[in-house]
Amino acid sequence: MKGKKKLTLEELKKKIHEYEEELPKSIIRELEEKLSKIINRLTMSDVEKILSEITRQYKESIVEPGEAVGTVSAQSIGEPGTQMTLRTFHFAGVRELNVTLGLPRLIEILDAKRTPSTPLMRIELDEKAKKDRAKAEELARKIQHVTIENVTNSVSIDFGQQIILLQLDEELMRDKRVTPDMVLNALSKHKIGTVEDFREREIETPDGKVKKVIEVVIAAPENIEAVKLIKLRQKILNIKLKGIKGLRRVVVKEVKRGEESYYYLEVEGSNLQGILSNLDELEGIDPTKVMTNNINEIASVLGIEAARNAIINEMMNVLREQGLDVDVRHIMLVADLMTMTGRVRQIGRHGISGEKYSVLARAAFEVTTKHLLEAGVKGEEDPLAGVIENVVVGQLVPLGSGMVELRVRHGGGE
Amino acid sequence: MLIPQKRLKAIGFGLLSPDVIRKISVGSIITPDTYEEDGTPIDTGPMSLRLGTIDPTQRCKTCGNRVGQCPGHFGHIELAKPVIHVGFVKVIHQLLQATCQKCGRLLIPQKEISKVRRLMKQKPRLWAIIGQKYILKMMKKAMKALECPHCGEHQNKVRLEKPTTFYEKVKGGERKITPDVIRARLEKITDEDYELMGFDPKVSRPEWMVLTVLPVPPVTVRPSITLESGLRSEDDLTHKIVDIIRINERLKEQIDMGAPMAIIEELWDLLQYHVTTYFDNEVSGIPPARHRSGRVLRTLAQRLKGKEGRFRSSLSGKRVDFSARTVISPDPNLSINEVGVPIDVAKILTVPERVTPWNIDELRELVMRGPYEHPGANYIIRPDGRRIDLRYVKDRKATADALAPGYIVERHIRDGDIALFNRQPSLHRMSIMAHKVKVLPYKTFRLNLCVCPPYNADFDGDEMNLHIPQSEEARAEALTLMLVEQQILSPRYGGPIIGGTQDYILGAFLLSQKNTFLTEQEVERLLFIANKSEMPKPAILKPKKMWTGKQVISALLPEGLNYTLKASACRKCKECKKLDCPYDAYVVVSDGKLLAGTIDKKAIGAGEPESLFHRIVKDFGLQVGSWFLDNVFKVFLTYAFMHGFSMNLDDEELPPEALEAINSKLREAEAKVDELIAKYKRGELEQLPGKTLEETLESMIHEVLSNARDDVGKIAMQYLKPTSQALMMARSGSRGSILNLTQMAAAVGQQTVRGERILRGYFERSLPHFKRGDLGAAARGFVYSSFKRGLSPLEFFFHAMGGREGLVDTAVRTSQSGYMQRRLINAMQDIHIEYDGTVRTADGKIVQLKYGEDGVDPSKSDHGKAVNIEKTIEKVLGVAVLE
Repeated sequence: MKGKKKLTLEELKKKIHEYEEELPKSIIRELEEKLSKIINRLTMSDVEKILSEITRQYKESIVEPGEAVGTVSAQSIGEPGTQMTLRTFHFAGVRELNVTLGLPRLIEILDAKRTPSTPLMRIELDEKAKKDRAKAEELARKIQHVTIENVTNSVSIDFGQQIILLQLDEELMRDKRVTPDMVLNALSKHKIGTVEDFREREIETPDGKVKKVIEVVIAAPENIEAVKLIKLRQKILNIKLKGIKGLRRVVVKEVKRGEESYYYLEVEGSNLQGILSNLDELEGIDPTKVMTNNINEIASVLGIEAARNAIINEMMNVLREQGLDVDVRHIMLVADLMTMTGRVRQIGRHGISGEKYSVLARAAFEVTTKHLLEAGVKGEEDPLAGVIENVVVGQLVPLGSGMVELRVRHGGGE
Repeated sequence: MLIPQKRLKAIGFGLLSPDVIRKISVGSIITPDTYEEDGTPIDTGPMSLRLGTIDPTQRCKTCGNRVGQCPGHFGHIELAKPVIHVGFVKVIHQLLQATCQKCGRLLIPQKEISKVRRLMKQKPRLWAIIGQKYILKMMKKAMKALECPHCGEHQNKVRLEKPTTFYEKVKGGERKITPDVIRARLEKITDEDYELMGFDPKVSRPEWMVLTVLPVPPVTVRPSITLESGLRSEDDLTHKIVDIIRINERLKEQIDMGAPMAIIEELWDLLQYHVTTYFDNEVSGIPPARHRSGRVLRTLAQRLKGKEGRFRSSLSGKRVDFSARTVISPDPNLSINEVGVPIDVAKILTVPERVTPWNIDELRELVMRGPYEHPGANYIIRPDGRRIDLRYVKDRKATADALAPGYIVERHIRDGDIALFNRQPSLHRMSIMAHKVKVLPYKTFRLNLCVCPPYNADFDGDEMNLHIPQSEEARAEALTLMLVEQQILSPRYGGPIIGGTQDYILGAFLLSQKNTFLTEQEVERLLFIANKSEMPKPAILKPKKMWTGKQVISALLPEGLNYTLKASACRKCKECKKLDCPYDAYVVVSDGKLLAGTIDKKAIGAGEPESLFHRIVKDFGLQVGSWFLDNVFKVFLTYAFMHGFSMNLDDEELPPEALEAINSKLREAEAKVDELIAKYKRGELEQLPGKTLEETLESMIHEVLSNARDDVGKIAMQYLKPTSQALMMARSGSRGSILNLTQMAAAVGQQTVRGERILRGYFERSLPHFKRGDLGAAARGFVYSSFKRGLSPLEFFFHAMGGREGLVDTAVRTSQSGYMQRRLINAMQDIHIEYDGTVRTADGKIVQLKYGEDGVDPSKSDHGKAVNIEKTIEKVLGVAVLE
């Protein structure tokens, strides 16, 4: 490019940013990246040509008013749903945690269920802790929810003396880093009677090995009914020793990236609040990279915008995992529709379809009579603004070419 | 035709008051019988001629019209005692609890009532948002009140015993509240309080929920049918009405006679039962009313509810004329925009065409040909609206001569007419597309094979529907929006959903092979199919002029096309050798010349975004795309014919050494499995986190066996003849996968039920041929044999188990995904783009400010991207600068 003025990076960026109002951010970003790579082969007029060509193409690809984007999205998500069923050939290999995937998970997301059937968290560690397996394992032990039940070998109730006998397993306690004192402390904190005895013993396991156990004798409050005693046993077993509630199991996972490997935690169970409100105790966790698949939890802890993003991510993951190609825009629309009121609403009778303004639309979906009777006493009025209402009364649907209300006067005059 | 249209703007809902019921009634219905002995309807009975007529020989006594014209008229029944409307029991219960039993005021202090009223009246927009919740809170409070804040009266607790009986707690027990007492209480509620509770006093009064008069629907709503035996069979509703009248009359008599309270109450309850089941025959707590035969009656609520109910079946689902349905079959010689219509169908489906001076001669000819000869006509509509059926016209010549501008001729469909073509299930918009009619002999609809993917059609007996749009607007819309050509790019992912399948891909694959050389004749034949006459320069001159297959493809690609792709034959080597790819998988097209690479599924397949075909559509437009499908694809197909292609058993033949290698691999895996089991039995197996010992063993065995199958497959692939036709199909992506080949040639592998190895049937074993607790590979459904060698009886059984699960799974999950789709559609169908670019619901609420964050229509996007920046830069600069 002899004789032509060389373009500086600033000039290029300035030029690109002149188009900020016309082009979406994603395109601006991509342009900056791509054009700055080949900056020494460009002239100003080239850049201008490229920009105007891209603007033209962008404008050509914009949605038209009246487009029934809702229906298109619903079809784009629903249609591959039928294909998902046919693709059951799927070998998971050795998986440590089981996750609900495929159609059931997709339905679960759209149902906005309060808890997913397999709640799961993925917790990443900060730059320092990431490379340290020992640190990761320590954190894993710290957050894993441990109750007395988890370290107990056996429990028995003596109804005559009203005593509950716990046999704590030394080995389990060591593995979970639980000391006998922790158990005692936990027991004394709860109103469950008094600890009468606390002794170490050796017992023989069925296969002839010797095992160390700690026996704890708990005397129940006096004159307790047998039924209550059984309840008390459960209460004792459920006493938390350490960790964060709901995080049933924590697994340290390794990712190899070139020479180095990184560690992160995968958790069965989910408690976002529990992790995020105990960050000072859980040093090493990167709070910006704590994820859960429980959308409602995200909505209540991080807010509705986060829940919207979670819906998009979860749905895209399910579809991608099944090898199905669906444009994000469709999923965004579903997520936005579900979250537009500030709560996560279900796609269905108890959510969006049940909250529609139109009586006929609700009646045509499910629980017909209820909606009609209610409309009667309340004196509701159906403005016939939606699709199904107009189909019901036999009119043109107000979408696409049916949305146009103008008419051309033929011939110009009256 | 610009007829001023009336349009419904809104539909209001409300309750009928007793007065209105009497006003709209044509008379009281008091006789519990339908017909006199001579067969005439009883005038005061439920089939009265005053209620309209369903008998073509009779005239309606009210309006004097005959069957089609008479809309039907309501009657009424004066109930001897009031009864409760089942649909409203919950509302009545709430009202009874929330209002004073003496003065009828809402059980909230006056101060608060005034406050809320002010809010409601002065801030209606705010009220519209928070009203519902506010009312709920207030009602809860009112229902808890023990004393009326207005008159100080003590409030008894009201209990509802389902379905329709109310009790109130008084000192020393409970007292039944009869419907007339309830009605009296509801009457006392003021309009102001009623409005405050979220109801509209303008259209409903609470006491109307307790019925004193019952409307009797017109007979047109409940037509009786005459059976072949001459017996009349009445509609379920009529039966119910007869029941109500009978009890009502009895009750009236007893009251007039001054019968004891107990008898009256019994009859009253019976009346309540009949009225309840008349409205809804599925109320919990009472037995459903039955027909004499024992069949449960279908009363009002049942008529509306559910899939077969009025709403979903009759109102949302419309029936149409001008449609046809038959079996489909393929025809590669049709354009993708065409549909072959059997001549028999074409003689029945018509298009109305208005007579003008320009088409009058043509239409006369059609009329003269009549309804039985193909390009003919079936009906003529005269300007006065009279229809002339050409089947019964004796002198068609005279009729044709009588044609004049203003007449409408319903002529047979003919080549070029627009038709909508559809295959169920209609899961996406490409399930209904517009085609141009091509009238053909024989009895099936025919379509180009490239349009199979969007319809998801095959030819194993599939049937499809055809509709003929009747108005000019409909045709114009169908042509510009719904034509197959317009639907090539799917809105689901912004790529082509229409494209090559099976033989097309195979033909292209064979043609683009490096060793494909063609003679002059062959090249001419191929190019002629695509209407190209220019011959490229031959690649080889001596001893004979020869052309490569790639040259032929190059001659067909549009000029100016630049493109690179990794074909599906790509083995994903660590370092791509690009142009020197040993598998010829690196496709390069420069200025419309195919320089290197094999054209296969990735390049021209249906549903493959970023393929060669996608690029052509994006760069050159939909019309070029459809030209490509119609012409170039046919060349591929023709080449497949010329080349000849067949698959046989030898395609899976493996040499003895391969079989040996496979065998030893399988034995090895078996040994590994046995070792794992032994380890497990010795208790030495290391437990995986989060799994029991048994689960650990299972997953490890699973892994070993699945690896074994993969390894065996790799061996088989090595030894398979490169000329193997089956292998070629799998490589090109035209049909079958490598996995299928592996299973045919090497070993079928592990069979699973619910993702686990097979363990069901007998106690601790899958079949009685094994020992109890046998955990080995063979005992749990591992199939060592290949399909070619054949499965042993045990293996066959395991394979059948796995296969059956697959079938059941499909059946179960199609219903699940169908319901999901219905819910999605129902929730989202009203969402559309407004003129300001926002995305809104039917009532104008904004869902997104800009669709998809960038306002781009996915079907106009390039696989999700608004603009292909790289392409554009290349285009402007004229060279490939990015790499």
